[in-house]
Amino acid sequence: MLNIKDLKASIEDKQIIKGLDLSINKGEVHALMGPNGSGKSTLSYVLSGKEGYEIDSGSVDFKGKNLLELDVDERSNEGLFLAFQYPMEIPGVQTSFFLKTAINAKRKYQGLEEIDALEFAKLVKSKAEELSISPDMLKRDLNVNYSGGEKKKQEILQMSLLNPEMAILDETDSGLDIDALKIVSEGVNKLRNENNSFLVITHYQRLLNYIKPDFVHIIADGKIVKSGNFSLALELEEKGYEEISKTA
Amino acid sequence: MAATEQTIKQVNNLGSNDYKYGFSTEIDDIKSPKGLNEDTVKFISAQKNEPEWMLEWRLNAFKVFNKLPEPNWAKLNIPKINFQDYYYYSSPKSLKDKPKSLDEIDPDILKTYEKLGIPLQEQKLLSGVAVDAVFDSVSVATTYKKQLSDLGIIFCSISEAIKTYPDLIKKYLGSVIPVSDHSFAALNSAVFTDGSFVYIPEGVRCPVELSTYFRINAINTGQFERTLIVADKDSYVSYLEGCTAPMRDENQLHAANVELIALENAEIKYSTVQNWYPGDSEGKGGIYNFVTKRGACRGNNSKISWTQVETGSAITWKYPSCILQGDNSKGEFYSVAITNNRQQADTGTKMIHIGKNTSSKIISKGISAGYANNTYRGLVNIHSKASKSRNFTQCDSLLIGNKCGAHTVPYIESSNSDSMIEHEATTSKINEDQLFYCMQRGLNSEDAVGLIVNGFCKEVLQHLPMEFAVEAQKLVAISLEGSVG
Ligand SMILES: Nc1ncnc2c1ncn2[C@@H]1O[C@H](COP(=O)(O)OP(=O)(O)OP(=O)(O)O)[C@@H](O)[C@H]1O
Ligand SMILES: [Mg+2]
Repeated sequence: MLNIKDLKASIEDKQIIKGLDLSINKGEVHALMGPNGSGKSTLSYVLSGKEGYEIDSGSVDFKGKNLLELDVDERSNEGLFLAFQYPMEIPGVQTSFFLKTAINAKRKYQGLEEIDALEFAKLVKSKAEELSISPDMLKRDLNVNYSGGEKKKQEILQMSLLNPEMAILDETDSGLDIDALKIVSEGVNKLRNENNSFLVITHYQRLLNYIKPDFVHIIADGKIVKSGNFSLALELEEKGYEEISKTA
Repeated sequence: MAATEQTIKQVNNLGSNDYKYGFSTEIDDIKSPKGLNEDTVKFISAQKNEPEWMLEWRLNAFKVFNKLPEPNWAKLNIPKINFQDYYYYSSPKSLKDKPKSLDEIDPDILKTYEKLGIPLQEQKLLSGVAVDAVFDSVSVATTYKKQLSDLGIIFCSISEAIKTYPDLIKKYLGSVIPVSDHSFAALNSAVFTDGSFVYIPEGVRCPVELSTYFRINAINTGQFERTLIVADKDSYVSYLEGCTAPMRDENQLHAANVELIALENAEIKYSTVQNWYPGDSEGKGGIYNFVTKRGACRGNNSKISWTQVETGSAITWKYPSCILQGDNSKGEFYSVAITNNRQQADTGTKMIHIGKNTSSKIISKGISAGYANNTYRGLVNIHSKASKSRNFTQCDSLLIGNKCGAHTVPYIESSNSDSMIEHEATTSKINEDQLFYCMQRGLNSEDAVGLIVNGFCKEVLQHLPMEFAVEAQKLVAISLEGSVG
C-alpha cells in the first residue's frame, strides 16, 4: 500500500524528516509513537502534500504510484486520508454541505454521478449516529466553535464517509473523553478491513488497546528508531522514550 | 435555476401555462448620431414619443451635466471618458447583424453558461445570438401583468410609465437622486433609454419577486437604465435585477440610476447580481459601470434593504444608499464585491439618518484576486434630529494572492450624542491551511477557494432570494477561477 524509502524532508531549510523508512501493507494497522517535535505531524503533511515542504531525497510509493508527484487533492481522491491533529475551522460552510462536497469530489474523480440527496442524507445520518454526532452539529459551520473532542469526531466522520484506503490519524485520541475514545475507536475498527491500512499517530498506549496495531514504530528526530509489535507500546509506556531509544 | 426559468416558473405558479414561443420581428437598427449634445437628447425623447414635459426634464438635466465635473472621489483608475465617442441610443439589433449561432460566441462565455446550468435557448438570448424562436416576452409579460394589475400593482417599462402614469413619474422621478447630484446622475437623467417602473399600492404585498427578466427585451437597455420603485403605505416588494450569466454589451459606458421610495410602513428589498463583461485577463474591454442607486425611507417605520453581488465589469462605481427620513425607518446594505484579474471596484453605501430612532446595518465583503483592486467606501451620517439612531457596520476584505489590493474607507459623521455607531473591519489573506484541509478532502484548488469564499460571503448571500442565492454561490466560485495556483 504505502512504501516510504529513506525519506528526507525539510521545512524552511530545516530538515525534520531525516531518512525515514516505513512500509505498510494492505490490511495493516501501524502505530507511530514518538516525542513531541519528533516529526510525526510533519510526516503526515509531507505524505498528504502540504505546501512548503521540500523533499530532499527518498521516495514514497502509494499503490504503485509515485505519491510525491500527485497534487493534494489527487492523493486524497486516490484514497489517502489525513485526520488532522488540529482540524481547520471553515466559517460560513455548513458541515453537511462540506461533507457532501467532499463525497462528490471523490465521486467525480471516480467518474461517478453526484450523490443523490436522499442517499446522502441517509448515509450521513447513519454514520453520524454511530459516532454519536447530533444532527444539529451537521447544520453548524464546519468545526467552528466545536470542542476539541467534537473536532476529532468530525474527522472520523469524514473518514468513514470517504472510506479511504490509507488513513493517517494524527493524535485523534488527544482531547477525547473516555466514552468518545471508545466510540471513535469503534468507528475505526468498523472501517478496518483487509483492503485498507491505517497509520495511527499517538502518544498513548490507551488508544492502542482499542485499535490493536499490527506494528508499532518509534520515531525520534525524524527517523524510525525502533519497530515492533503491540508489546513495544507497552514497553514504551513503562520506560518512556529516553530509555527505549537507548536500547535501539 | 436560471433566472428566466425561475420567472417562467413563477408565471406558471400564477396559474397560466400559456406562454408560448413566438417570432421576434425584424426591426431595423436605429441609432442616434454619435456623440452627446442637445440633439442627442431630443432624438432619444422623440424616439420614445415622450411628452413635452419629459423632454424639458431631460434637457434641463443635460444643462446640469455640462456644468458638473466628473466625480473623482473613488480610488479608481478610470481612463478619460470621451463622451462624444459613444452612441447614446440604439434600438434592438436586427437579426442579420447578430451572431448566427452559439458557435460564434466566445467559448469561455459558453463554458460559464454551462457551469451555471443555463438552458441552451437562454444562452442564445443572453449572448445575443439571432434566435427566431424566443419566449414571447410580450405574452409572458401580459399574463403576468394581469395578475399584478388585479392587485393594483404597476410593473412596466419606464418609457411606458412616462406616457401612462405621468403624475406618478412627475412626482417621484428625480426625487431621490436629484439631477444635479453628480455628473453621472445628470447624464443618466438626460439620456436614459429605458428601465423599470414599479408602483405597489397601499396595503399590497407583491406576491412574486419582481424581476427585470420579465422583459427580456430589456437586455438591450442596460446602458443608461433608469428604474423607479414606489412602495406606498404598508406595502412590500422584492425586486431582482441582473443575472448571473455573464452579459456582454457593446456599449462600454453604463450609468444607471435607480430610485426607491418607501412610504409609511412599506418595505422594499432590492437584490442585484451584476456580472457585466469584466474585460479579458489583461483588462482589455470590459464595462465601466457607474451606478447611482438610492432609496428614500420617507414614511415612518419604512425599510429599504439593498443586497448586491458584484462580480462583473472592468470598473464598478456604485454606492446604493438609504435616506432614513421617517422615524424608526431602517436601511440595510449587504454587499459582496469580487474583483479578479485587472478589475477595479469602488463600492459601498451611504446611510443618512434623519428621522428619530432610525437604524442601519452594513455588511460588506470584498474579495480581491489577481491584480485587482477593491475598495469599500461608506458614509454613515447621523443628523442632529436623528436621536437614538444606530448603525452597525462590518467590512471584511479577503485577499487571494499578493498582487491585489483591498481598501476600506469609512466616513462617520454624527451630530447626535445619543446615537450609536459600531464599526468593525478586517482584512485577511485566504487561509492556506483551510485550502489544504479542503484539498485533503478531495476538492481541487478552485473548488476549495470557491467553498471558502462562499463561506466568507454567507452573511450576505443568505439575504438573496433563494433561487438567486444558489446561482450566486456558483457565480462566486466561477469569478475566482484561475486566481490560485
Ligand atoms: N513551519 C515550520 N518551520 C520551522 N519548523 C517547523 C515548522 N513546522 C514544524 N517545525 C518543527 O518540526 C519539528 C517536528 O514537528 P511536528 O509537528 O512534526 O512534531 P510532532 O512529532 O507531530 O510533535 P507533537 O507530538 O507535539 O505533535 C518541530 O521541532 C517543529 O518545531
Ligand atoms: Mg504532531
